[in-house]
Amino acid sequence: MKGFFKSSIGKKFIMSITGCFLILFLTFHMCMNLVYVFSPEGYNMVCQFLGSNWYAVAGTGILALGFVFHIAYATILTIQNRKARGNDRYDNQNLPSGVEWSSKNMFVLGAIVCVGLLVHFCQFWAKMMFAELAGCEGTVPEGFATPGYETKAAVDGAAWIGYYLSKWWIVLLYLVWFAAIWLHLNHGFWSMFQTIGASNSKWIPRLKTISTVFTSIIMGGFALVVLVAFFRNCCGA
Amino acid sequence: MAEHTGLNLTLRVWRQENRHAQGRFETYEVKNISTEASFLEMMDILNEQLINEGKQPVAFDHDCREGICGMCSLFINGRAHGPDDDITTCQLHMRKFHDGQTITIEPWRSGGFPIIRDLMVDRSAYDKIMQAGGFVSVSTGGVPDANAIPIPKADADEAMDAAACIGCGACAATCKNGSAMLFVSAKVSQLALLPQGRAEAAKRAKAMVAKMDELGFGNCTNTGACELECPKSVSIAHIARLNREFLKANIKD
Ligand code: FES
Repeated sequence: MKGFFKSSIGKKFIMSITGCFLILFLTFHMCMNLVYVFSPEGYNMVCQFLGSNWYAVAGTGILALGFVFHIAYATILTIQNRKARGNDRYDNQNLPSGVEWSSKNMFVLGAIVCVGLLVHFCQFWAKMMFAELAGCEGTVPEGFATPGYETKAAVDGAAWIGYYLSKWWIVLLYLVWFAAIWLHLNHGFWSMFQTIGASNSKWIPRLKTISTVFTSIIMGGFALVVLVAFFRNCCGA
Repeated sequence: MAEHTGLNLTLRVWRQENRHAQGRFETYEVKNISTEASFLEMMDILNEQLINEGKQPVAFDHDCREGICGMCSLFINGRAHGPDDDITTCQLHMRKFHDGQTITIEPWRSGGFPIIRDLMVDRSAYDKIMQAGGFVSVSTGGVPDANAIPIPKADADEAMDAAACIGCGACAATCKNGSAMLFVSAKVSQLALLPQGRAEAAKRAKAMVAKMDELGFGNCTNTGACELECPKSVSIAHIARLNREFLKANIKD
């Protein structure tokens, strides 16, 4: 394996594995969020169950590491690719249809995803898992706390959802963010298989279809939760 | 003799003295070009015209002019090998253009292919990748009986599809990452799929990828632009095979 991770394919391999990890996390996160659609109290129970348990913290740590590697290698690869491309650009380049827009803009999409993630972290993670770990539990804004959770803001996920997603512009930003993730994932999912060599001429079109279906289910699930939260809370809880 | 409809065209051609000189577009008019002429014949007419005017002809690469050597290499109106699918520039015909059209002609522009002059680029990087491992290094001996080594038809077909690569460079020239993966994967595939080449498959994949990286070609991001512009329709499925071969070779070590 000497030198494998320094090679172009090795670096892509890291992108693929860390990307796979992030997709699995998103799948889990979406399933967890779906509980909110059926029962906000049930959702809070999941929050409480995960809370700041060691396995949730360990999982978050590993996930964060995967995320850092994914971004670090994306940056390295993008810099190398720009250099490989050279400084001269074509006066005009019309690619025939068939090249996905997202495949050419994965880095930009990734950057949008990161900005959205930062906002998401400030709105939820900082007020929940981080607050619990740091022992600086705050309070949910007036009128949003779930009955029985008035003094447990760090596990009152439903209240935070209700608070933030009752505002139409935050909902809109989330939907735009989801669209960026959809585009990123739609290319990333089948690419993951291609990069580790787990595809061939028969499977490339199949994987692309699975990619679109899977990505739509995941991101559709997230969007559903956001919309349900909006309509449940927009008229004042 | 059939009557030809002559095309009057404006050509914007990239002119550059040498690798380090500042290049620029120059505009030329060519008149009464037959729609039955090939694109390179049209370039010949332009050059004759320039020579008659006492100007330097445009340098461009070509050899076989029948789509098999991979020497011709122009970026025409924004596409490698021009506005048609699955052809080389020498197979492009003037019937693909219309009277009065302006045609922009550029060289391959990619870090791996420095410009030598005008539309001519240095593609020796591909030769270096081939020299690193794109061969079978066994003594062949006498010709064995055709049936002595059974090869599944599907493998033979796929090896043949990969072997169709003529190393023209359209893949790296089109790729936004300046990646040579389609070329390298085609060469690795055509040999790895057949028993004679299988023996050295691991060594070959590692040597060719190492050389490709060393020469500064970019990293594949699976955009697939290469396979769309490849004159021989080499599929990116070969890139998956190269990734697989490379990974397997490294795991074995
Ligand atoms: S000149 Fe040989 S392929 Fe075009």
